[in-house]
Parts: sequence; C-alpha cells; structure tokens
Amino acid sequence: MKFTLNVNDQIHDVDVEPDTPLLWVLRDELGFKGVKFGCGVAACGACTVHLDGTATRTCVLPIDAIDGEAITTIEGLADADVLSGVQQAWIDHQVPQCGYCQSGMIMAVSALLDEIPNPTDDDIDASITNICRCGSYPRVRKAIHAIAASKGDA
Amino acid sequence: MSKKLTRRKFLMGSGAVVGGGLVLGYVALPNQLNDLAKANKGSGAVLSGWIRITPDNKVTVMVPHSEMGQGVHTALPMMAADELDADWDLVSMEQAPALSEYANEPLGEGFIVGGKSVPDILAPLINKAFYQIAQAMNLQITGGSTSVRFTGHYGMRVAGAAAREMLLRAAAQEWEVSLNSLSASKGVVTHLPSGRSLTYGELAEAASTFDPNPTPVLKAKAEHTIVGTKRKRFDIPSKVDGSAKYGIDAEVDGMLYAAIARVPVHGGTVTSIDEVAAAAMPGVKKICNLGYGVAVVADKYWRAKKALEAVNFEFDGGEASTLNSSAISAKFERDLDTMEPEFDIEKGDVNFEGVSGSNIHDAQYEVPYQAHACMEPLNCTAWVRDGMCDVWTGSQAPLMARATAANAAEVDEENVTVHGFMLGGGFGRRIHAENDYVAPAVEISKMVGAPVKTVWSREEDMRFDEYRPAVISRFRGVLDEGNKPSMWYNRYSDKREPVEAPLVPYSIPGQSIGYVVSQSHLKLGPWRSVDHSQHAFFTESFIDELAYKAGIDPLEYRLSLLGDAPRHAAVLRAAAVKAGWYSGKRGGRAMGAAVHESFGSICAHIAEVSVDESGQLRVHRVFSAVDCGEAINPDNIESQIESAIIYGMTAALYGEITVENGAVVQGNFPDYEMVRMDEVPEIDVQIIESGAPLGGMGEPGLPPIAPAITNAIFAATNIRVRKLPLMNVDLKAGV
Repeated sequence: MKFTLNVNDQIHDVDVEPDTPLLWVLRDELGFKGVKFGCGVAACGACTVHLDGTATRTCVLPIDAIDGEAITTIEGLADADVLSGVQQAWIDHQVPQCGYCQSGMIMAVSALLDEIPNPTDDDIDASITNICRCGSYPRVRKAIHAIAASKGDA
Repeated sequence: MSKKLTRRKFLMGSGAVVGGGLVLGYVALPNQLNDLAKANKGSGAVLSGWIRITPDNKVTVMVPHSEMGQGVHTALPMMAADELDADWDLVSMEQAPALSEYANEPLGEGFIVGGKSVPDILAPLINKAFYQIAQAMNLQITGGSTSVRFTGHYGMRVAGAAAREMLLRAAAQEWEVSLNSLSASKGVVTHLPSGRSLTYGELAEAASTFDPNPTPVLKAKAEHTIVGTKRKRFDIPSKVDGSAKYGIDAEVDGMLYAAIARVPVHGGTVTSIDEVAAAAMPGVKKICNLGYGVAVVADKYWRAKKALEAVNFEFDGGEASTLNSSAISAKFERDLDTMEPEFDIEKGDVNFEGVSGSNIHDAQYEVPYQAHACMEPLNCTAWVRDGMCDVWTGSQAPLMARATAANAAEVDEENVTVHGFMLGGGFGRRIHAENDYVAPAVEISKMVGAPVKTVWSREEDMRFDEYRPAVISRFRGVLDEGNKPSMWYNRYSDKREPVEAPLVPYSIPGQSIGYVVSQSHLKLGPWRSVDHSQHAFFTESFIDELAYKAGIDPLEYRLSLLGDAPRHAAVLRAAAVKAGWYSGKRGGRAMGAAVHESFGSICAHIAEVSVDESGQLRVHRVFSAVDCGEAINPDNIESQIESAIIYGMTAALYGEITVENGAVVQGNFPDYEMVRMDEVPEIDVQIIESGAPLGGMGEPGLPPIAPAITNAIFAATNIRVRKLPLMNVDLKAGV
C-alpha cells in the first residue's frame, strides 16, 4: 500500500503494509537510521520522533495511523549545520555514553522544552521516561536545566 | 596471528613510509607491516601501529578497543598524545580494524616492553583468569576494565613517548644539533638556541628511519598536559545528530533481514516446524531450521518478524523443561550442603567448637540471574560467499567474532572481515561468551546465499541472554571479646572471575572462603564487574551485620578493620566526610556505607535513603569516592561512576530473571523494569589520585552500590535485606 510521508520537510512516498510501524519505515525504507529500535512495545523511547512537534514513540505506531503530520527525526533537528540547543547542550555536558538511546532522549527533551521552557525536576521526571542503560540521566537533567537557564539569560 | 607476534622480541620494528608519511609498526615482519599499512588506508605515517602522523601535522591514534560509552576512544588517544606532546586540537582517533596485529593479548605477555614473558611489574596487575581467556582466544577484547590500565599504560604511553623520541632525533639530524638542545610541545619541535622549529608533520617521514625505543622514559604525573584534564569525548558529536553507526545500522547492497525465535528452554531443540502460513506471507524468502530455533528471512525486517509470528514449531526442552526458579535455588542450597568446596582462602583458625553462640552471627544472601538488557538489541549482519565471510556487528571482542564467523562459515579466519561499529551497550554481553549472535547470522546467510541482517527482538534479547549467575552465599562470623571479627566463614554457590571477588580487605585473623559450582541450564556470561557485583553485596552486607551485632557505627567499624588497607580506608573516609556521615535516622533518612576493590580501583559509596509509610524506598543521594590511581579523563570518570551506580541500582531494585518450565519469564521492559529519570539519586563523585598503578573505571563503581543501599535501608528500617531485588521485599514492616 502506498503512503506519503513528510519527514524533515521532505516528501517521501513508500509502499509498505499498512501495519508497518513508522519506526521500520523510517529506518529501513527511508534510511533515517538515527531513529532506534529498542523494545518494540513503546516502553523505552529509543524510537521517539516528533509528529507535529509532539514526542511520539514509533515502534508501535502503524504507518496508516499517520495523517499528514510533519515528522521530525533526529536527523532533522539541526538547522543545516547548526545544532539545536539541546544537541549542543548534549555536547557541552557530555551527556551520551553508548549513545544508542540518545536520539530518542534528545527528541523527548526537545519536545518538553518546546512545551515547558523552564521545566522543574518534577516536570522532567514526568515527561522524560526514556530508558538509558548507561545512566546518562544526571547529565540529561543538568543539560535541561542549563538550556533553560541560558534561555532565561537571553 | 598475534601468537606469532608474541614470539617476536620487539614491540616496535622499524619504521616505514606510506603515502609520503611515516609508518612505524610494532610488527617486525615486512608483510605484517604491509598489512598494517593497508589497514591504515595507505595514507600518512603510522607510528607503532597506534599512532599516525600526516604531513599536515595531524595525529591519528588507532584505538584497538570498542567504544560502548565508556570513553575509551578518547582516553587512550589522550594517553598517547600526552606522551607525544601532540597538539590536542589536531588529534583524532580511528577504530583499529579487527586484525590480530591490534590484539591486546600481547600486552599480557609484556610484549610491549620488549620482553617475552610477563614482566614482574605487570604481573600483579593482570587478572589471571582474564589473561588466560585473552591468551587462549586471541581477543582484541574490551572488557575487564583493562583498556586504560593495560593498552593505555603499556601501549599508548610507550608508543607516544617512543614516537616523540624519533621525532626529536629527526630534528636533531636535520639541524645537526644535539638532542638536548631541542624541546617538543604541541606538535612542534623547537631548537632552543636558534628558535628554529619544525612540526611533527614535517619531521614524520625522516623520523620513520629511526628505530623506536621500546622502553622510552615516560612522563612524571606533574608533566602531563592532556592526561588529567577534562577533554570532550570524540564519539559524542555523532551521538547527538543520529549519525553514529551501530551494528543494527549496517547497510549492505542486496541485504535481506532475519527475525529469529529460539526454543524457549535454553539448550532445547526444534522437533518440527509448521511453516505453511509463514512461507506464503509477503516478502518471505526462507524459513531456516537452526536446530536451537527458527529464523525467517524476508526482504524487510517487519515482514520477517510478522512471518516469524506465524511459524509454529514444536521443541524438545529435555530435562530442563520442568525447572523453575525455586527448584534452581533449592539445588544451590543442596549443593552447598553436600558438595566439597574449593577454597579461595584459608587462613588462621576457623573452628567454631567451643565458641559461645552469643558471639556467632549467621546470614545467607541470595541474588538472582540478571540480564544485560543493552539498549541496542543483539544483531549481526553477515555475508558468506565464495569462501569469504563479512560480518558487520558491534563487538567487545572482534577477533573472537572473527573466529566464530570463520567456524560457522567454514572458511579460514584470514577470509573473514569483521566490520566494527559503535556498541549500543556492552556490559559484557557483546564479548561472545557463548558465540550466540554472530554464528546464527553467519549460518543464516549461508543458508540463503545472500547478505542477511539478523535482528533479535527485545524479548529474544532478554530471554536468551548470557546471564549474570544467580548465587547463594552463606556466612558465619565470630566476634572476639573486643567485638572485632575473629573468624570469617563464607561458602557460595558459583565461581567465575575475577578470582579475588569474594575476598575482604578487613583485618580478620581467621578466614575460610570457599565455593561450590552449582548452576542451572541457563547460559551465563560476564556482566558489568562480573563476580564483584554479587560478592560486594554479600561481603559488605555481612560486615555491616557484624558492626550492628557489635553495637558499633558501621562506618567506624569498617575503618577500625582497614589498618592493612589504607587506600580502602581513605576512599571510605573521603566519601563519608563529603556525605556528612551520621548513624541512625535523621529527618526520616538514613545512610549506608560500602567499599569494594575491583579491577585495580577502590570505590566507596555512601547512600542516603528513606522509606515512607507505604514501604516505598527512595534513594536520595549517593556520595562516591574512587581511587583509580591516576585520573586520565576526570569528567569521564564521573560519568562512569554515575553509570555504574545507576546500572547497579536497576539490578538491586528490579533486576530479576526467573525461570518457569525451563523458560525465562521476563521478556521486555515492563516486566524487567529499569531505573529511570524519576528514581535517580543526586550523585557526588570524588576522585582520589593515590598514585597507585592505574585501575579500571568502567566497572568499579558498580559493586558497592547495592550494599550501600541495603545497609542504609537497615539503618532506616531495621530490615536486613538478604535477597535481591528490593522490589520483592516488603519494607513497610520496618517503618
């Protein structure tokens, strides 16, 4: 079955079974390998992308549930060569370790900061439920607060 | 093969010029040098196999270890570049290919310092069991927290210093001046009297004509300009924009995909397959009977996975089909009761006859099987054709992967190429203890005659792990008149490595520590910090119990017994001072202490916890101190301690693999829960540089976290947790 997707401001046509999760369409049909497979049951968040700006786990989201939303993956977060604030903060605070969960983590945090520019620790705990086996969580938290503080200064 | 290399006398042979630059190999034979040059893409100058300097003065360090988040791709270049006096801004790294020339096994033989056998200085640092494995298997291995302390110290530093000497000699020759009139700094050699200077890049080709000194003088700690400073990791930029490539991201033209389902009972075999429905599904190319399981190969992964769900297969699980967790525990108990133990240590008098019962304290602890649960599910892409085999996968031991692939493909190892990737978590899982993810991928490729990427589902990854062993450990302690332990008796039910894991640093005159080896049918493998992770929980809990029996503050009690272990005492004291240690409860909170040595580093944690009326545990803060001898990249040490604490907390709070009818019950994160953001404590890390030989950093933060938490729980509730995980313990009664 044919579908049309808007990924990172580009239109793509794909021909897949309608129950194919968006994750596998993005990875294997369109080559957005930054979107990661972690659990297949929407429990870990490694596959998080934005649908019209909302953080969404794609490993259980069938492609036929997509209704024209703009899809943003980790590959589309930077503005040309300029990293997003979250991506830059991830380097400044040396957040990733193995890095496998970080595409999803960064997408989840970016959506949180779009919604709540200066989140409390409780906001972070409630919104960022992604799993990181390396335990980058303390640095994720530190980086989020640093981004919020730098925006406050601006 | 590195076996041949280890017979050679010199680590560093003569230099060679490749593509206008300098090549210097630690390989002595010309053909090996050629191989090395080929591996380095024929460009630039390779110094010592690990360092390449190109005419533009850029330095590339070839790192023979896998990056799995532990920072080795940066720490090792820091060590080489510091001795080299390179300009850090011009230093980069490359992952060394899976060739025996890069194996770190020769390090174990002291090859790098020019000897044929392990030099005395190195011998005590080598974990014997680990060394034997490495020696046996020719591993280019990343494990045992060895990268920095062995490859780094005995390889990178020597290579960097030798290269610097050669560059200085080249400059002295060029200007016809004496060596001691020269200085080197940030990639430039300067002739001090005249002020003339040349970059390393300009000198590299001439430098290659000198023989390297296998035993150069290394810098004193105070002379380091790169080591000991916080440097940003090379691998991080690619991990924030999605460009980092993991094994699961491998792409090969014409590649098919395989989904795999194993017989639920470990060790069982497939008896029949009903594949009619699956074979008719779209894109399905082949249904493979692997004996131990079934794989469906299709043109797309999702199609393979869906078709696999439509396959019905029967299996014979054998005797293990009736096993469950309680029967496995009962077997451990029975074997402890009846089997003759082997001993780790027997010293002094351990004889309970005539000892007053009031001076005796007994306890039995138990920890369950643990899964690794790396974020990147196991995967491997393989292509077998024309007597050749290519493998694309993330591995902690690529040479082992190569040997496994050669065996499965039935081709010579020389005809196997292992393409390395970032590892989406390792923790011991990707070290090929059981050869369980490379071989199937190769077998499947062979069956279909095409490149195939085999991806495990999360459920397969969790149910067919190589688990951390479940262990029961029994203790009996005797206190003397002064309330100090006079006898320490310990028997436990499994033994892996490192051998020293159950030993205690405390001054106790009578010690008898022994084990039986009692296991079930589950496959086992190394799990971050290996036996240390279980034993630190046992021994640091039991010493805590003795402290309370003695009526002495558990921190003071430990310190009073650490007279022979000053480094242990120092880290424990440092963590306690920073924590503002208190005994008993304060504001509803309580503290617990633990200290443990592993892989040459000593780490202490003070955990502060509370338990509310509902029995809910909260770990508020963890104060850590670690003595790893010398800090290479301090920021990375902090992140490794944070990481080890959180990985260990997940195990202590939730980690439990159970067995029913021979099959593993837990399949995914909802039933094998993880510590997430909302449960992470505040973590404070102090680094103590005692100047002792370099210790490892990837693992030593893990062992003491479980007992620090359970000891704090005792202080808060009077409930002594002797069986993990904590989610099964009702803490309400203690509040």
